[in-house]
Amino acid sequence: MFYRENGQFKTSYRNDQQIFPIAQDRWVILAIVAFAAIGVPLLADEYLFRAILIPFLILSLAAIGVNILVGYCGQISLGSGAFMAVGAYMAYNTYVRIEGMPLIPALLMGGFFATLVGVVFGIPSLRVKGLYLAVATLAAQFFCDWAFLRIGWFTNNTASGSVSVSNLSVMGWVINTPAEKYLFCLAFVVVFALLAKNLVRSAIGREWMAIRDMDVAAAVIGIRPMYAKLSAFAVSSFIIGVAGGLWGFIHLSSWEPAAFSIDRSFQLLFMVIIGGMGSIMGSFFGAAFIVVLPIFLNQFLPWAGSLVGLSVSTAAVSHTEFMIFGALIVWFLIVEPHGLAKLWSIAKQKLRIWPFPH
Amino acid sequence: MAFFLEALFGGLMAGMLYSLVALGFVLIFKASGVFNFAQGAMVLFAALAMARFSEWIPGWLGLEGRLIGNILAFIMAAALMFVLAWLIERLVLRHLVNQEGVTLLMATLGITYFLDGLGQTIFGSDIYQINVGMPKDPIFLFEGVFEGGVLINLEDVYAACIAALLVLMLSLFFQKTGTGRALRAVADDHQAAQSIGIPLNRIWVIVWFVAGITALVAGIIWGSKMGVQFSLTTVALRALPVIILGGLTSVPGAIIGGLIIGVGEKLSEVYLGPYVGGGIEIWFAYMLALVFLLFRPQGLFGEKIIDRV
Repeated sequence: MFYRENGQFKTSYRNDQQIFPIAQDRWVILAIVAFAAIGVPLLADEYLFRAILIPFLILSLAAIGVNILVGYCGQISLGSGAFMAVGAYMAYNTYVRIEGMPLIPALLMGGFFATLVGVVFGIPSLRVKGLYLAVATLAAQFFCDWAFLRIGWFTNNTASGSVSVSNLSVMGWVINTPAEKYLFCLAFVVVFALLAKNLVRSAIGREWMAIRDMDVAAAVIGIRPMYAKLSAFAVSSFIIGVAGGLWGFIHLSSWEPAAFSIDRSFQLLFMVIIGGMGSIMGSFFGAAFIVVLPIFLNQFLPWAGSLVGLSVSTAAVSHTEFMIFGALIVWFLIVEPHGLAKLWSIAKQKLRIWPFPH
Repeated sequence: MAFFLEALFGGLMAGMLYSLVALGFVLIFKASGVFNFAQGAMVLFAALAMARFSEWIPGWLGLEGRLIGNILAFIMAAALMFVLAWLIERLVLRHLVNQEGVTLLMATLGITYFLDGLGQTIFGSDIYQINVGMPKDPIFLFEGVFEGGVLINLEDVYAACIAALLVLMLSLFFQKTGTGRALRAVADDHQAAQSIGIPLNRIWVIVWFVAGITALVAGIIWGSKMGVQFSLTTVALRALPVIILGGLTSVPGAIIGGLIIGVGEKLSEVYLGPYVGGGIEIWFAYMLALVFLLFRPQGLFGEKIIDRV
């Protein structure tokens, strides 16, 4: 009734090709971004920022990166955690070693180095795919875990092996309180999500999707598989690298290689599967789901247990979390391979013809 | 030289265990085209079941002997692996028939998480001991040849014998029984096998069960060496490069690949490790696999089934 594109006529190509062709979508998205930028900092408390909002934003950025590689280009990657680590550690090194290095260029440098590593480990994708590629990306994961643990140069030869940053500021604006950190991350996420969305709508995004759907056919119609795949690896690892830098600098501010272990890679992959493969919106859904579910279970299970007179230990909660994640992955793969994003678009479709579906 | 031989033997023993895990991967991949990421979780699950049943069963039945307890526990754990195989076929694989390999891989990732959670919920998450009575004494070999001889753990020798026995039994099962022949037919060509009346679903249950048994044996051997704990699942990650090296479809490849990786890891750690700060056994196998992926993607013994891009 209120969600309908009737009467919205496109009179120019520019209008026809905008990201959200329906006016209501544009308003809702603008309202959400405005609320996130203005309303949330006023309403949320410190716990909400630290435990939910900041991790959610950073992980959705990383999930967008993974989604470009896995969802759009169809190249499975189990090494996303490694690319995050490269981003974080190289951003740290540029930040610490170069005198007066500003924060944002340091983070982007982290992304740049992640791109280099991503392309190197993407080279096997030119010869193999699927499960074989999964092993190649696992190699990246294990190698980076080791390198950041054992090679002293990366950690600036700190004795404990963990690195930390402090006194972050952007052009005189000191990023100190959780709300400021949140806004900083939000700015990154909005810019990168917009870039990613436009990239996947462009010629290069269509090349990725063609490679994903059928690589031989794509090659026949003149798409260079090497160029398409390596560009997907490059863009994806750049975004993941920047997210890794944010994770280290903003969220953790002092970290060890374990923060970017193989579990992180799986977590990111799960976000993409649950959120929706091949959807930027889905990356946000997936990240929100995976960030919130453990916190919800931590509150809910002991409460539910106390109702039936059981005491639920933290270990039991974490095991239940494992089981729920595992079951959900299988369930989504069987029932809705396009994830939450697909449910979202089905709901929108229903809403468009509501209340007269015929 | 004696030191080299010791490292070599140590590597061979570790490699034997990698081979066992890799064998489970290969069996399932051959029969159903599924790259079973959950093999490591199955090892942990089976080992946990074995460890806990051997604790519980004597209590339930009021038995005394350790041997009878272990045998009963083994049977119970094997039965559990059968139920698991049946459930996986019924609830997961049946719905994902004809999907792409990547989808199936991700589904097994889901199974991995589920099994990790389930196993620890049922059986607890502490470190448990499996005691199947393997001797733990060190022995010395070649004392006449080298000064002081070569130190070998007797336990490792037994483990190697058990692993060899398992491989022998598996190859007998595959070559000499009707079911084995059906399994080989399915591995060769799904459609042809189905068209001559081999029930694919039942074959999958059987092959997952067989993989479960190899997981159980691997779990018992690892478990009696270092205790049953969550880190057992990482063994599976160490065994992934093995199948790339040996070839995804080759049983001898899994065994020889496992031995190569085991020895390579050990020797590289001993001789190269000190120069780069140690710990390189974590990624050595993966780098080896990466080189193979670039230059010989089908592995040492695998068939050229990779669809080249």
